[in-house]
Amino acid sequence: MRRVSLLSAACAIALSGAAFLQAAPARAEDTITIVIKDHKFEPAEVKVPANKRVTLLVDNQDATSEEFESGEMKVEKIVGGRKQIKVMVGPLKPGRYPFFGEFHEATAQGAVIAE
Amino acid sequence: MLASLIIVFREVLEAGLIVGIVLAATQGVVGRGRWIALGIVGGIIGSCIVAAFADGISALFADTGQELFNATVLLIAVVMLAWHNAWMAQHGRELARDMKAVGRAVQSGEKSLAALAVVIGVAVLREGSEVVLFLTGILASEEGGIATVAAGGLGGMALGALVSILLYVGLLQIPTRHLFATTTWLLTLLAAGMAATAVNFLAQGGVLNVGGTVLWDSSGVLRDNSLVGQALHVLVGYTDRPTEAQLIAYVGVVVGILLLTRWAAGNPPSDRPRVASPAE
Repeated sequence: MRRVSLLSAACAIALSGAAFLQAAPARAEDTITIVIKDHKFEPAEVKVPANKRVTLLVDNQDATSEEFESGEMKVEKIVGGRKQIKVMVGPLKPGRYPFFGEFHEATAQGAVIAE
Repeated sequence: MLASLIIVFREVLEAGLIVGIVLAATQGVVGRGRWIALGIVGGIIGSCIVAAFADGISALFADTGQELFNATVLLIAVVMLAWHNAWMAQHGRELARDMKAVGRAVQSGEKSLAALAVVIGVAVLREGSEVVLFLTGILASEEGGIATVAAGGLGGMALGALVSILLYVGLLQIPTRHLFATTTWLLTLLAAGMAATAVNFLAQGGVLNVGGTVLWDSSGVLRDNSLVGQALHVLVGYTDRPTEAQLIAYVGVVVGILLLTRWAAGNPPSDRPRVASPAE
């Protein structure tokens, strides 16, 4: 009897874990791509839906590394040369959220508009 | 050249401040110089290794390797700081009575120093690997990059070392009987701030998807990437836009360490009798 309840408890945990993992691909539709080229962001301004988790895909087409950073969105991540990274942000309240490339701050400037 | 120096300095600042606090916290402890140096050197070597494998680390765990790596090393530092404070609470009475008593406790003292060396190593490692990536980028892309790299790297590190010394000297102005209480609090808040940062990395990586709502925004008063904001970030864990999860982690670690040190203070080290005989 005890074994049965233990087994069902384990199953319940595994199922809820699976449900948790299932939730992950569903968010993929909210992926917004930002390209880095010649130490600039393209597009420099991107629109994202407000009040939900959003994935930003940063595609570095330069040969050098960059650090994608934003105090407003609370992200900080290294993007290797000719590499891509994903960061999850939000939920963001409607507004403008600047980001920058820390290694080339003079040119690498951009913003996310949440609406 | 100045721009690269500033970037390196900003990365080095955090580690520099942590070294300053640890220097003050270990004032008078035998053999501390060796352990602190070990932490710094180990961190620098680790930085180069992490930078060399940065792309590989980043690609791990469905591209959340960077976040998981950062969160893990930060949480290791949190555990080490908690352990150190508990050790200090156990040996606090000896420390207050006679500084030389620490010499007698050198065996367990070394363990505590090793914990702090890990904290320093981790701080240097996290910031250092970014410095290495930044500088190798310059080396690869610019004419005469070597001069820029040398000036930025060495100058930034020298400024970081200066910050360590200034903070250390500043903390030593505190009377000895209050010094350990102060550094214990600083290390506790440092740990809490690190836990909050770790939580943010988990949120960024999509591992933690709850509690992401920003509670308040004090960036109008003090931005946390300003020099003062960054210093306060290390000293007390200041963040200008804390999320719910970050606040919970921060408060949780402060309460956790307080309870741990209180428990440790009531349980003197087992390797020696409760009332130490003067003949010992």
